[in-house]
Amino acid sequence: MWRFIIGRLLQAIPVIFIVITATFFLVRAAPGGPFDAEKAVIPEVKAALERQYRLDLPIHEQYIAYLVDLSQGDLGPSFKYPGRTINELIESGLPATAELGAYALLIAVIIGSLAGIAAALRPNTLQDYIPMSMAMIGICMPTFLLGPILVLIFGIHLDWLPVSGWGDIPGDKLMPSITLGAAYAAYVARLSRAGMLEVLSQDYIRTARAKGLPEWQVVLKHGLRGGMLPVVAFLGPAFAGLLAGSFVVETIFQIPGLGRFYVQAAFNRDYTMILGTTVFLSTLIVLFNLLSDIVAAWLNPRLRAQLSE
Amino acid sequence: MTSPLLRLISITLLACLTACTGGESKVEQGNREGVLHYGNGSEPQGLDPHVVTGVPENKIIRSLFEGLAVKNPYTLEPEPGVAESWDISEDGKTITFHLNPKARWSNGDTVTASDYVWSWHRALNPNMGNQYAYMLYPLVNAEAYATGKLEDPNEVGVKAVDDHTLVVSLNAPTPYFIQLMDHYSTFAVHPETVTKHGGATDRFTPWTRVENMVSNGPFVLTEWKLNRYIRIEKNPLYWNADNVKLNAVIFYPTENLTSEERMFRAGQLHHTNEVPLDKLPVYKAMPKSPLVQAPYLGTYYYLLNTDRAPLDDVRVRKALSMAVDRDTLVSTVLQGAYVSAYSITPPDTLGYYPPKTFGYDPNKARALLAEAGYPNGENWPGLELTYNTSENHRKVAVAIQQMWKDVLNIEVTLANQEWKVYLDSVNQMNFQIARRGWIGDYVDPNNFLDLFISGGGNNNTGYSNPEYDDIILRRAPSAPTRDERYSLFREAETMLMESMPIIPIYTYTSKHLTHPSVKGMPSNLMDSLNIRYVWLDPSETLELE
Amino acid sequence: MAHIDINAEKGTSLWEDAWRRLKKNRLALFGLGVLVLFVVSALLTPWIAPYAYDAQNLDLGATPPSAQHWLGTDIFGRDLLTQIMYGGRISLAVGFVATAVALVIGVTWGAVAGYIGGRVDAVMMRIVDILYALPFMIFIVLLMVVFGRNLLLLFLAIGAVEWLTMARIMRGQVQALRKQEFVEAAISLGLSPMTIIRRHLVPNALGPIIVYTTLTIPSVMLLEAFLSFLGLGIQPPKTSWGLLISYGAETMEEYPWLLIFPGLALTTTLFALNFLGDGLRDALDVRRSAD
Repeated sequence: MWRFIIGRLLQAIPVIFIVITATFFLVRAAPGGPFDAEKAVIPEVKAALERQYRLDLPIHEQYIAYLVDLSQGDLGPSFKYPGRTINELIESGLPATAELGAYALLIAVIIGSLAGIAAALRPNTLQDYIPMSMAMIGICMPTFLLGPILVLIFGIHLDWLPVSGWGDIPGDKLMPSITLGAAYAAYVARLSRAGMLEVLSQDYIRTARAKGLPEWQVVLKHGLRGGMLPVVAFLGPAFAGLLAGSFVVETIFQIPGLGRFYVQAAFNRDYTMILGTTVFLSTLIVLFNLLSDIVAAWLNPRLRAQLSE
Repeated sequence: MTSPLLRLISITLLACLTACTGGESKVEQGNREGVLHYGNGSEPQGLDPHVVTGVPENKIIRSLFEGLAVKNPYTLEPEPGVAESWDISEDGKTITFHLNPKARWSNGDTVTASDYVWSWHRALNPNMGNQYAYMLYPLVNAEAYATGKLEDPNEVGVKAVDDHTLVVSLNAPTPYFIQLMDHYSTFAVHPETVTKHGGATDRFTPWTRVENMVSNGPFVLTEWKLNRYIRIEKNPLYWNADNVKLNAVIFYPTENLTSEERMFRAGQLHHTNEVPLDKLPVYKAMPKSPLVQAPYLGTYYYLLNTDRAPLDDVRVRKALSMAVDRDTLVSTVLQGAYVSAYSITPPDTLGYYPPKTFGYDPNKARALLAEAGYPNGENWPGLELTYNTSENHRKVAVAIQQMWKDVLNIEVTLANQEWKVYLDSVNQMNFQIARRGWIGDYVDPNNFLDLFISGGGNNNTGYSNPEYDDIILRRAPSAPTRDERYSLFREAETMLMESMPIIPIYTYTSKHLTHPSVKGMPSNLMDSLNIRYVWLDPSETLELE
Repeated sequence: MAHIDINAEKGTSLWEDAWRRLKKNRLALFGLGVLVLFVVSALLTPWIAPYAYDAQNLDLGATPPSAQHWLGTDIFGRDLLTQIMYGGRISLAVGFVATAVALVIGVTWGAVAGYIGGRVDAVMMRIVDILYALPFMIFIVLLMVVFGRNLLLLFLAIGAVEWLTMARIMRGQVQALRKQEFVEAAISLGLSPMTIIRRHLVPNALGPIIVYTTLTIPSVMLLEAFLSFLGLGIQPPKTSWGLLISYGAETMEEYPWLLIFPGLALTTTLFALNFLGDGLRDALDVRRSAD
């Protein structure tokens, strides 16, 4: 087990290194630079700015300088917010995004898997159709639609919840969490139903049933283990993907999160911010995909052998 | 993992309880406490007056700092700020500012003339990378120093005669120079504070943080939560503090227009930065509408690349421009949000009215196109119209594309581009037609007309006319009176529109939703906020029916 | 999808069997019918659309459904039904083609990684991790600059990102199945890995794969709108469901029909796909066929 985890963590080093390198050169190849603005910048001013951000150096020297800084944990200065460092900005945005993401995933996993399991137990009945129809509407309802609709209903017409903010007014965290969680809940519901159906028709489940075990024991002990595999495989990257996914919700509800930095950095060609958030994101992806593989192994005894290999 | 869920549930219950019992909205509470909740568009890049460039920064910085002269929000004419008065010499090239001896920094220090000399040297220093350094270019030697051609800042035309007298030498009479004193790039910063937290000309110092900042305006910075809000409070040491009516202002980075409008409706904002276009008819229909709309010093236009066929032919350019039915465009697709434009300078730019040299004329447009060799669109080589992704730009482009097809029977394809790609295309002149907007930095026709001098950084059309350059660069600045100067500008603008390197489309307007309790915030051409004038009247309530 | 002839020895192909079972499933047939209707009307749109897609009537502006315009008009006075029909051409093409690209790459990649395991698996899955982490937007902007704007590129770009999760799901399924008796048996019989993957692993993992595929199609249609905003996708006045929905979302209070009808088109497609998908899964269920 530990060897498996350490092995995977070692694999993370080349992964993150390749991601950094590719991103570093990709962003510099993209048209438009961080200092291009609607009003043309005077050449002397632009030269001065480039000097301050080391953009006047040959590109390989910039790259090496960046790696040297990075190895000391320094993600560099922000282009968009002069006077602030990327480390500082990520620190300021992380708590809100992490909290939002945690609530959203909690909602997604609890509601989604309950709906999916309920549906799988009685396929092609109302117990299946109702939650699955809701899930399908949830999938067609992107966050940029669901958020404003919730705001209109609960924020404006009913006036129950604040329309924006994060931790400013009681209850302002509820609508963003539901908005972000809904899309994931829909995926989880569909995938867990499919996974459960697949497992419940397997031979070993039939054996268990034939042995006369009560149905709930069959479902909980045997069904869940295999049935949640697709969900677990989906959740690994989904969790890391929340960083980009929360951008829309953060914008709609004015949440001071990391998702906004991540997406806006690309629009602004804020080189250091793109790299900083990408380094952060790739670390998350490696960790959560690892976590998802460990959970998968824990769920499925047949996979455990692999961990000890 | 259960505790966050429990918290969520309890928070929900709590929220429902407070909401259902009719809690006080932020606006109501603000009216009671004298706190203005202000939608400010986006998170400011920073608050160092010599570093930042945007409008949201402008609103905050001009509340924290005060320039030598300040714009009156009702008339836009300059009135005393840090300077009690100023004298302009006979030849118009020397200005003497007399500083108010009561002007104080928020740490108690006196604001002195040498603070200005120090600050202007800083603003011009090439290492600052200050994009608005050119605001000070009217000063003798300022441009040479800012571009590194001159080493010694003391040769720049600004001197402190004593603590309260600042003498400024200009290259040429600059009628709008006093106006520039209310632009943040000409503000003074507190030298000791800046140097305490880093180099004098270092862009990356933390001197603008809440705990460090020293400023000289009606308000001081008290809280700065990134991407949440910025709170400023009344500065008791401000020389004119008796006339500051608000106790505090909270600026919100309201990036999403739809969300901002909803925050306003839910009583979370006194004032919005914008109004979504499609909401305008709804708000216009209200008897007691919170909508405030006013002309804005900016023009929306299309750049024509005059280096590329078929746009190298002035007849084609004119045909395209005359085939655009601006009045219909503005009144339908744009919901009456803007005003048709037929020139680059907005009307009534401090008394200047641009010439109207053409109008919507489909017959003449067809005749011109036929003359150019494309009768009824025959042999038309095709054109591409580039714009950056945005709902408004799309609407305008789609409507105009169809107008060209209907009137001229020509195909024009649309190409929307991501913001920085679009900027790159425009800067490299890698387009045929591109959308463009220009917002004036100061109220003077020069700010618009000098865009199109040969090789100008924001020309982007290939337009080059020595006669035009001569008027803008030499004859107009030395014109003895405002009338003569304006008539020269009209001559230049007529010349420009005869060549039609651009297609003017509309003049911008500023659009805000303002709670009726907000007083002393008149609309003006610059959309300029002078926070000192603003006060709240709690007896006014909002009716959205 | 690979041809699966596991029941060949019985004399009837799996597909014939599946089709026979599918015909009994009314919901699935309904789903299939709706999809066929949509595809056919998309193909015939230039001949059957009530109006020209770019015909504007600015003075008319946005109007609710009426006798002349069954689904109303947009702010340019263009007929919404026509817009949805033309939009369907783009959205269905993007949805099916890009998803097919993602499906083929994702299933193959995941199955191979899961089956072979060990170092090959590690390398393949780390490549997936890398692709997850790269900034997608910059990648799209570069693609556009290098290759210009074209529809084929759009399909590839979307397919190239959507296959990643598909690969992870497939790999998880294959790993679980690999240790089961029937696969062990197939290995001991000396069947080649490709045959085992094709005959035993893919059919047994079909459920989640079909579901994820049906989920991918609508998300791809919405992703297309985002890419169009970046300049890669289609340009006005051409349109798609994703674009119509994004525009409609902006004015949901003022002109709700501009959101509701394109939204209905997308939702109906998804429901139809899911009915068909569930029906297909049941019909293709190899274990049930052994009953």
